[in-house]
Amino acid sequence: MIQNGDRKDRVKKRNGAKYNGIYFLGAVVFIYFLLFFPHPEKIKNSLKISADALIQILPSLLFIILFMGIMNYFVSPGAVSKYVGKGSGIKGWFLAIFTGILSHGPVYAWYPILRDLRNQGMKSGLIAAFLYNRAIKIPLLPLMVYYFGTRFVLIFTCYIVVASIVQGWIIQMIEK
Amino acid sequence: MINRKQNDEKKDIVSTLFKAFKSFGTSSPIILGVILVLGLFRTFVSKQMLSALFTGEFLRDTVISALIGSISAGNPVNSYIIGGELVKENVSLIAITSFLVAWVTVGIIQFPAEATILGRRFACVRNILGYILAILVSIATVKTLVIIQ
Repeated sequence: MIQNGDRKDRVKKRNGAKYNGIYFLGAVVFIYFLLFFPHPEKIKNSLKISADALIQILPSLLFIILFMGIMNYFVSPGAVSKYVGKGSGIKGWFLAIFTGILSHGPVYAWYPILRDLRNQGMKSGLIAAFLYNRAIKIPLLPLMVYYFGTRFVLIFTCYIVVASIVQGWIIQMIEK
Repeated sequence: MINRKQNDEKKDIVSTLFKAFKSFGTSSPIILGVILVLGLFRTFVSKQMLSALFTGEFLRDTVISALIGSISAGNPVNSYIIGGELVKENVSLIAITSFLVAWVTVGIIQFPAEATILGRRFACVRNILGYILAILVSIATVKTLVIIQ
């Protein structure tokens, strides 16, 4: 009975998210329409940039959808709860930090998968830690070293990890 | 019997993939909206415009740079390039660092998507904390760097 209630809540929330998304997309299209008359070239350029970005992120999106499907099939809510749920302890933090650093693609592509994980029991603090650690981009570290030096990058990276834990912990406290 | 079991498993995998696709589909309008806003941002806001906002005054630059980083979006490579240019123009390293941190940890442009998918309260708290932490991380990073050097 309670499970049915939870499911109804989730469906309601999902439908709400769907309509909010459509309203947001509609508002953005309207802004494009308004700006088209004074700046036609710039709007064409914006559309081109957006189309290029979409093409660029398509493989990441497909990977994430596939990953979501496989995860839902193989990983049970019990396992999610064990590794990143309330009783996960320090290993949950390690997992969130490590996967956050390794994750690729645009941040917004990860939101649906994080929502699904949270619905299965992942702590909000660990979601925040995961998102914060995306600031560390391993493939881009050489470029950062080139501009700012090795010492700076090492210190910067350590503080990012510390800040991710602080942020996750505060969010966890607020959510309690 | 075994074939039936295999069919059931097959059906389950297909249905979980379909569910994942459907779940992602509900988020697709907002993701598309964010991509379109990014297109507008990159066309109407140039790197020069962002660089021009730095004045050389330490505190003001730090607060403003974290704000610019929060509003900016896109590949972090751009933040490194802008940051690298600002180093040459003698803008304080703390201000540049807060810009770099906020670029990737705070997302004003992605906020509608984050709030819709992960919840408004979570998105608000995470972004506000991200902004404050961007300033703190930048101060801690540069102060540690100075102590080590």
